[in-house]
Amino acid sequence: MSIKMRAAATDGVTTIKALISHPMETGTRKDKKTGEKIPAHFIQEVVCEHNGNAVMTAHWGAAISKNPYLSFRFSGGNVGDTVKLSWVDNKGNSDSAEESIK
Amino acid sequence: MAISAGLLTPRMVLAAWPKAAFEATNVDDAVKGLFGSSSLAGSEQIKIKAPDIAENGAVVPITITTDISGAESISVIAEKNAQPLAASFVLGAGTEGYVSTRIKMGKTASVIAVVKAGGKLYSTGKEVKVTIGGCGG
Repeated sequence: MSIKMRAAATDGVTTIKALISHPMETGTRKDKKTGEKIPAHFIQEVVCEHNGNAVMTAHWGAAISKNPYLSFRFSGGNVGDTVKLSWVDNKGNSDSAEESIK
Repeated sequence: MAISAGLLTPRMVLAAWPKAAFEATNVDDAVKGLFGSSSLAGSEQIKIKAPDIAENGAVVPITITTDISGAESISVIAEKNAQPLAASFVLGAGTEGYVSTRIKMGKTASVIAVVKAGGKLYSTGKEVKVTIGGCGG
């Protein structure tokens, strides 16, 4: 699992683009070999913080595509500031990454 | 987490994942589960950028922008999915009315964007034709 993130500031607005490796299983797919349902496994919450403030809190269902992509913009970020992105899935797994604004 | 709510502004308190909304099987129940009301006002101040035809329903790029002032959240709903609510994005104080992501769509349907601002709900929709569904298989 990994998170790839870019944070770029232009004219006082920071654009975040993030790509998260995650299977995002809906729970309705069947394993082609065994015929058994693959259990649901998806990210439920993604939080992005800038200077300790949550600039984005995303709640997701299983309908977000595999290896999720997320982009959004916020004002107030400066070049060199750190932004932190973290996620939690329905099995309690989590990951986070930090990136400085360029 | 045992953090006194008084120390934090409401925006900073992580809301629990809205289970009932995500498990809802129709748009009305999904919106009610999120907001406690399903009364939506149509708005031209919300734009949805999505393909007219999605060849692969497993990956449908969706970008929603809104210039409604004081937008607090943007939610994405795929009308005909078994569980229509795909995502709800809660915006921070300085966060713009803009989100871009990729969703799965089971069949041809409207993608509905719901924006909460000033205690009211605004929405718009765009039809996406899905050639191969992305939820089963």
